[in-house]
Amino acid sequence: MTEIEPLADHDTIRHALDASAQAQLEALTAEVADDPSRLGRAFPAAARRTGRGPLPGVDGVLLEDAVRVRLVQVAASSLDPDALLAELREVYRYGDSDEKRAVLHALSGAPEEVDGSDLLLDALRTNDTRLVAAAMGPHSDRLDDDSWRQGVLKCLFTGVPVASVTALARRADRELAEMVQRYQREREAAGRDVPLDVQVVLDACATSPEQPQHEQKDL
Amino acid sequence: MRIFDPHIHMTSRTTDDYEAMHAAGVRALVEPAFWLGQPRTSVGSFTDYFDALVGWERFRAAQFGIAHHCTIALNPKEANDPRCAEVLDVLPRYLAKDGVVAVGEVGFDSMTVEEEKAFVRQLELAVEFELPAMVHTPHRDKEQGTRRTLELVTESGLAPGMVVVDHLNEVTVDQVDEAGCWMGFSIYPDTKMDEHRMVAILQRRGLDRVLVNSAADWGRSDPLKTAKTGAAMLEAGFSADDVDRVLWRNPIEFFGQSGRLLVDPELPDDASTGADASATFEGNSILRGSRD
Repeated sequence: MTEIEPLADHDTIRHALDASAQAQLEALTAEVADDPSRLGRAFPAAARRTGRGPLPGVDGVLLEDAVRVRLVQVAASSLDPDALLAELREVYRYGDSDEKRAVLHALSGAPEEVDGSDLLLDALRTNDTRLVAAAMGPHSDRLDDDSWRQGVLKCLFTGVPVASVTALARRADRELAEMVQRYQREREAAGRDVPLDVQVVLDACATSPEQPQHEQKDL
Repeated sequence: MRIFDPHIHMTSRTTDDYEAMHAAGVRALVEPAFWLGQPRTSVGSFTDYFDALVGWERFRAAQFGIAHHCTIALNPKEANDPRCAEVLDVLPRYLAKDGVVAVGEVGFDSMTVEEEKAFVRQLELAVEFELPAMVHTPHRDKEQGTRRTLELVTESGLAPGMVVVDHLNEVTVDQVDEAGCWMGFSIYPDTKMDEHRMVAILQRRGLDRVLVNSAADWGRSDPLKTAKTGAAMLEAGFSADDVDRVLWRNPIEFFGQSGRLLVDPELPDDASTGADASATFEGNSILRGSRD
């Protein structure tokens, strides 16, 4: 009932797996299709039963993430948005970092009615760069402006490339620019290097369509 | 020398330790869930701890080029507190996870009825989840505790080869050996076992089914005791291959039975090539939030 966009199409995932791993994927998929509440059982074992590592043919996507998002996609097809969200919260709560990351990727492909921003905020409270990066993907459009700006700043602070921040060009605004400039001054005062991404964010702020709106608001 | 420390509590250790361990050749480790020094009073503090073992600590170790695995259990000390007994109900969630390579530490501390109940239940979980078990032996009355441990292992139906009985010494090693279980030795600065006594045990009974660990934690302990035992073995005439067997291939063989290892068992030995002792993994270091 709820459509989740996969990280990679089914054939691409299958091609990355040998025959026995393909059979495992089919078994996991069938289990979750039959009973979506089995998602929490299928999730932890998904990587060791199928595979892990870079997924050939899809830049920057890990096989284990693609498999887990596929499982979410299958479970979601028989769950309404609220039930899906409840299921994802449970999987995230008890997930290890890899499982948590996969939930965040699944949210990135979720429709409007699914709002998992509470999970993004949890991820942004960690210092695990893989979670921080995943939290600033497409679902970060659910974050309010203050949280989103703090997320961008955290990326700079922890070394997550801002290229992984969705809608930077659109949402960057004067307030973010000021925050980043203060961060830059602090680094310079300490005689420390300023990350190259600082300029990337400042450039985005300077050209963002958000800029005039916020100036108006501030007046 | 490539080293797999099969028992070390990294949660209590610093980033300096991670750096020194990597420089000494440590590329993989197992962190057993145990007591934190301060008794816990609720299930919630256990689940946060388990989450850290499969989350943050794994991430932290990875920054230093070390594959972090863990074991999950209600430890014998805290099994005596009724407020913590419900931890047994949340264990299955964690025992299903990648990188969780055994049920442990289980066993006895003061040989109470409550400890035995938790121990038996957790041996059942090891059977159910097809995981090895890591068994802690008591500091006091170790010989009797080890005997009762082996009786319970036999009754559980868990194959002896799936069990490591840890913190052994000259008095307890033979009964564990005869039972067919793996033998764990914690090399400490001045208590449980030292590297030279360890070498003497290896000379007497061979390298089979032996795991050597530092068991370093929040107490006086040394995370480099595995490397120091390797050096003592070489000094005593053991070959480099013997050292590799004890410090790498044995733990791979034992924990590999879980099917959950996150490290490449064939990892090349690059620690003897003079790698920079201060180098960090992929150029990243880990500080309090900041990346540099």
